[in-house]
Formats: sequence, C-alpha cells, structure tokens
Amino acid sequence: MNAIEFHDVSVRLGGREVLNLVTLEIATGEFVGVLGPNGAGKTTLMRAILGLIPASRGTIRVLGRPAARGNPAIGYMPQVRGAGSHLRLSGCDFVASAVDGHRIGKPFPGKTARAEVNRVLGLVGAMELGRRPLAELSGGERQRLLLAQALIGRPQLLLLDEPMSNLDPHFQASAVALAKSLQTELGVTILFSAHELNPLLGATDRVLYLGRGRAALGTVDEVITGSVLSRLYGTELDVIRLNGRIFVMAGSRDVEHEPVPAHDLLGMSPHDA
Amino acid sequence: MRRQTFAGHVLAHVGFTGATGAVLIGVPPPWGLTVMTVSAGIGMGAMAERLLQRDVANGIILALALGLGLLSLHFFTAYATQATALLFGNVLAVDDGTVWTLLGLGALSVIMLAVISRPLLFASLQPELAEAGGVSLRLYSVLFAAIVALATAGCVQLVGVLLVFALTVGPAAAAQQVATGVATGLVLSVEFALAEAWAGITLAFYTDWPSSFWITALSAGIL
Repeated sequence: MNAIEFHDVSVRLGGREVLNLVTLEIATGEFVGVLGPNGAGKTTLMRAILGLIPASRGTIRVLGRPAARGNPAIGYMPQVRGAGSHLRLSGCDFVASAVDGHRIGKPFPGKTARAEVNRVLGLVGAMELGRRPLAELSGGERQRLLLAQALIGRPQLLLLDEPMSNLDPHFQASAVALAKSLQTELGVTILFSAHELNPLLGATDRVLYLGRGRAALGTVDEVITGSVLSRLYGTELDVIRLNGRIFVMAGSRDVEHEPVPAHDLLGMSPHDA
Repeated sequence: MRRQTFAGHVLAHVGFTGATGAVLIGVPPPWGLTVMTVSAGIGMGAMAERLLQRDVANGIILALALGLGLLSLHFFTAYATQATALLFGNVLAVDDGTVWTLLGLGALSVIMLAVISRPLLFASLQPELAEAGGVSLRLYSVLFAAIVALATAGCVQLVGVLLVFALTVGPAAAAQQVATGVATGLVLSVEFALAEAWAGITLAFYTDWPSSFWITALSAGIL
C-alpha cells in the first residue's frame, strides 16, 4: 500500500493554481524531502494531504483512504514561528494538549495520557525539556516539542513542515538525524519540507521538488538536474556538484540562498503558500 | 492564553448597552444584559476564528455597542442611579433573587467550560494542529466567546461593568505568570480572584473607600 497517492490533483488557493495536475505515489516507510522555492506549494501540499484544503480536481489518497480532516494516522508539525513562546506553561502540558485534543472533556491528562507524553518526549530526547516552561526554551527546543507532539497517537505518516527553519546549521543536522531515526525506528513515512537540499542529502530516499504548479518526484540524481529544475523554475538553471554538496545556480545566483525574484517565476506569488 | 483579554472588556460594555436598552423597552435589565452579551460574544467568536483578526472584531463590536448604549442613554434619563449601579456595581447590595440567578449563570458557564476545555486548550495552543486533528476552530471560538459572555453577564450585575475586567483578566494573567501547569493555573487564578474580592471588601469596610477601588487596586498590584 502507498502512503500517499495523488492522481491528477489540482489545488487552487486564492484564485491561484498552486498544484496543477500533480500525479505521484509515495511508498510506506519512505523519507521524502519536499523542496521548492517559496510559494511553490510545500505547505499547501501538506494541508491537502491533511484534508484541510480540498483538491479542485483529481483524487488524493492517504494510507489507502481518501484524504479527510482528522485522520489520526497522520502526525503534523506545522510551520510555526514562536508558538507559545510567551507562555510559562511547561513543555509537558503543552505536548499533552494534543492528546485526545479533538475530544470534548477536561484538559487534565490522565495516566495513559501522561504515559503517551513521556513516550513521545523520550522518542525525540526531550524528557528534560518537558519540565521547563515554554518561555525559557530556545526556538530549536520548542521545535523538538512540536515534533514530539506530532508523534502522539502513533501516526504512520509524519508531515514535517520546515522543521529546519530558524535553526543553526549544527541543529539542522541534528533535526534531520532525529527525523531519520524516527523513520528507521518506527517505520513511519516522512515528508520533510525544507528550503535547502544539502542538509537532507544523507537522509532522503527520494525528493519531491515543487515549482510552478508542477512536481518532480525521484531520487536526488533523477530530480536535481539542470533540465528538471529549469522546467520547475521556468528559468535556465545549472546544477553544480561539489564535494558531495549540490548547488542550484541561476546564472551567478545560488537559488536556495538568493531566491529567484518572483517576476522571473511566471505566475507565482512571492508569498509562501 | 488566547490573547483575547480585550474581549472581556468589550463584553462588559456591551452588557451595559443591553441593560440600558432593556430598561428602555421595559424588560428587566439582567435579561437584556445577558441576551446582549451572549449574542455579542457569539458575534465576536464567529467573526474572529484567527488570532490576528480578533482585535478588529472586538473593536467593531465595542464601537457598535457604545453607539447603541449612547442611543439608549439618550432616551434613558430617569434612572441615573441604576446606570451608576451597572457601571460600578455594588457588591453589598445583592438580594436573594440575584444570588440565585448568578449561581445559575455561573454553574452553566463552568459546566460548559468543563465540557469543551480540552479541545479549547488544544485549539488555543496549536490552532493548525487542532484544525488538522478535526477540531472546528470556529465552533470553539464561538462557544468560548459565549461562555465568556455568560460569565461576564453574571459578574456585571454584581461588580459592575468596570470591575469585570479587573476580576476576569487580572487573576488569570497573574496565574499565567506563575503557574507552569494547566491545572495549577486554573486553581491559582480562582484563588487570586477570590482573595482580591474578599480583601477588597474587607479593606473597604475598614477604610470606608469603595470596594471597587480596592479590588481594582489589588488586581493591578498582584500583576
């Protein structure tokens, strides 16, 4: 069974076709890096898988069933900036708010909820963070709690939206290593979106590159080529490999670090979607 | 925690409008007040399911309510004392009937809050995640606003429009500064509110200054 199947899927957002007739299959247990310029639809793709945005045409199947809201088999780490950073609430109670959070009742975690919180904190090595107030944690530490929260309820599919953003290079590497260990230990399928390809190189089984409504899915060698990326960006690109690292250049610019100006990417808005 | 503290203030003002309006059309003020605050609360909740829009929605409702209140006051010249009572309240002038009404409103708010508190907390802390998990943000936003409105309607009759804000927001904010757990936070904010109210009344008794002054002073002091 495939974890994710898109069949001729188009998704419109604010009058703009973010995904245009995308067809792809991601097998269970795969680690897929989701890449593409700002506004290419990385977040939209994840929200469509979660059933939060309907496809305007085509079908999306997740773990064998049509995409629908409230699927407990999906763990989601939204792209958030400073969630709860002003609160004195402890990491434990923050993570615990997601346990059965969709069911009505009182917010005081019982024995099983406590055990579940401890399990997920242990999985991401954040037992100690659980005792500290959110306001005292660094951005990277809070992201680790968000990852723990995504693991609640033993999901089979993890959607991690930009878990490396705002992290130093050293912490980026450990974020990738942590996600990779979750893939191997728990056997979960992982979609890991990022701005940069290089930190993901050792971990991804395949990459999904988005641009101008289209998608290219394949191994790094298949997708990260001048011809494929030029088609996705709609502008002439070169791919340069250097000491095991890959650089995508538009003329003299590195497109991952200096994004191509929006007017170069026909029909694309500069806002992230 | 939901960054909606302003809502309490707006609802209290709306309540004032409702009460004055009720007197005008010959309905008992408490009914006008309750109906008006709850409908305003639902309106605010429905308009503002996302954090950023909340202040705008609250502002619009506040402006509308003040306008209507002014209109009511324009026609409502006879009972100036009643208006003062609504604005500042009088803790020591509560009769048996009011106590029962308030107990009912209070119990209803607490029960409703207890039922929805888990998804409400989830939606407040992690709106994206809660939405993905199948929690309707709009529904809980509306329900919560309705509960706040109900509680405010109850408090206004007792402590007045101006004091509601001090008692609903102050203790909770103070508790949030200290507590690291959800349960301890809730217990602490109730304790702070009770302590402020009782100490305020006690001080008012000994100094002969208004109890409202002491309660607001204590609320600010604890923060």
